[in-house]
Amino acid sequence: MGMTITEKILAVHAGKEQVSPGELINARLDLVLANDITGPMVVKEFNKIGVERVFDQNKVVFIPDHFAPAKDIPSAQQCLEIKEFSRAQGLTHYYEVGRNGIEHCFLPEQGLVVPGDVVIGADSHTCTYGGLGAFSTGVGSTDLAVGMALGEIWFRVPESIKFVLKGKPKNKWVNGKDYILAIIGKIGVDGAQYKAMEFEGEAIEALSMDGRLTMANMAVEAGAKNGIIAPDEKTVEYVKERAQKPWQIYKSDPDAVYAGVIEIDVTGLEPQVAFPHLPSNTKPVSASTHIKIDQAVIGSCTNGRWEDLVTAARIINGRKIHPEVRAIVIPGTREIYLRAVREGLVEIFVEAGAVVSTPTCGPCLGGYMGILAKGERAVSTTNRNFIGRMGHPESEVYLAGPAVAAASAVLGRIGSPEEVE
Amino acid sequence: MEILQGRTWKVGHNIDTDLIIPARYLNRYDAGFLASHCLEDIFPQLGESINPGDILVAGKNFGCGSSREHAPVALKSVGFSCIIAESYARIFYRNAINIGLPVIVAPEAARSINDHEMLEVDPAGGVIRSLTSGKTYRGELLPPFMLEILDSGGLVPHVAKKVGKKCAR
Repeated sequence: MGMTITEKILAVHAGKEQVSPGELINARLDLVLANDITGPMVVKEFNKIGVERVFDQNKVVFIPDHFAPAKDIPSAQQCLEIKEFSRAQGLTHYYEVGRNGIEHCFLPEQGLVVPGDVVIGADSHTCTYGGLGAFSTGVGSTDLAVGMALGEIWFRVPESIKFVLKGKPKNKWVNGKDYILAIIGKIGVDGAQYKAMEFEGEAIEALSMDGRLTMANMAVEAGAKNGIIAPDEKTVEYVKERAQKPWQIYKSDPDAVYAGVIEIDVTGLEPQVAFPHLPSNTKPVSASTHIKIDQAVIGSCTNGRWEDLVTAARIINGRKIHPEVRAIVIPGTREIYLRAVREGLVEIFVEAGAVVSTPTCGPCLGGYMGILAKGERAVSTTNRNFIGRMGHPESEVYLAGPAVAAASAVLGRIGSPEEVE
Repeated sequence: MEILQGRTWKVGHNIDTDLIIPARYLNRYDAGFLASHCLEDIFPQLGESINPGDILVAGKNFGCGSSREHAPVALKSVGFSCIIAESYARIFYRNAINIGLPVIVAPEAARSINDHEMLEVDPAGGVIRSLTSGKTYRGELLPPFMLEILDSGGLVPHVAKKVGKKCAR
């Protein structure tokens, strides 16, 4: 019987010829990852296991990116704890502020994850690497500590749902974020609970690697274990200039079994906006133009990549941020930041009246750098709009892609790029 | 596993980890601190009014959102002895088992049981009995290896036993 790409990767890492959905397996890990929020708890649990050393010093990554550069003393303490652990364990992949980035932008960029990998991270958006054709999923600190000690972890092999994206969007501003918001709007925040979301079709083939990583990133917002896109020539092109290790390409068999197949025609799709307080409350941007905003955020592990900044710059260039709006632009990594400086994007943003920050997850999770006051509203390229996500429990977050966020920053209300042009 | 007894606290669908423990408190990870802010945007006085052993009853997709283990740690530390829900988000479910907090999938019980009922719960047998209404509900049985993890007090002591070292917990 044929297998899906997810099943194939898991089978190989479990040392099996074949696995089926529902089966419990132990899978070998190619990389484990934690940050300054989940990492200190990982260290605490790891120290209780009774193992002296991590399973492989080259396969454990610690990145301070959530509250770093530290926003206060307790955050500084947490950053110090993961730094000291990384040093004591002799980890190859600890990256200090100023040389790192938002973890899920940084790892693919640096070639630390490659197609065919099995990766766990103590961060729910670890599913991002499915955009490269890897199996990757978020876990808690205890699972990560055990994975870090043993080099393997148990998984229940998930069923897969196939999403076939047909057609070519007529609206040139529609991108990966709009696809994934539309999908979550259709199936709901638990529509893919415990399952793998596999994306394919003409629209996926046309999508850049940045757009694919954005889509896989938000699979967890539909409750999925992982999101995944089979590698193609674009993937190989992206990976071959970065990979720090060999990679393996897997694709689903034609006779693989799916829990469901959902076809979506994207031809007429408009840019999407997810209204508070769930990523599934999506509406087309044309139905969202009455929402006045106080803040616009362009960044995060969802949309802090190069293409996202270019999109925002195209719209903001030569215009001013609306006088009543705070616009915050956050390049996802040092490399993206440097390119944005060299190619003039930073100048465009600052000239327009936006704030440009060093890479951080800060505002996305209401950590720092853009907290909302009571009653304030933000449009944001981030991934969640839960109650109180970005600050006060009575504030509101509207999720959108970089094009809508940039246009809204200029308009002072949610709006489409066409309204600005 | 021992039989649990407690009064219910009821919440709705899609209670996310940001609501369970908001990110503004994630610059610390000690259990007592996390407990003091557990569910504070829903139950501002939870810490003062909960009786140790009380039971959280939730709707669909409980614990959706981030992977923060701070969420089940906060719920356990504030005093909840177990959670009964229609369904759980995957990462939260796993995290709860890993830290030794029983989580039971019981759609009918989760829909029918009201706030402030007194329950008796057998997590191993999946039996939920309301001492208030007299009704009995069946929850899904946990796979044996998850019960083993719960019986060990969580994944770390469970694994520590296997690697043959003494667990520091």
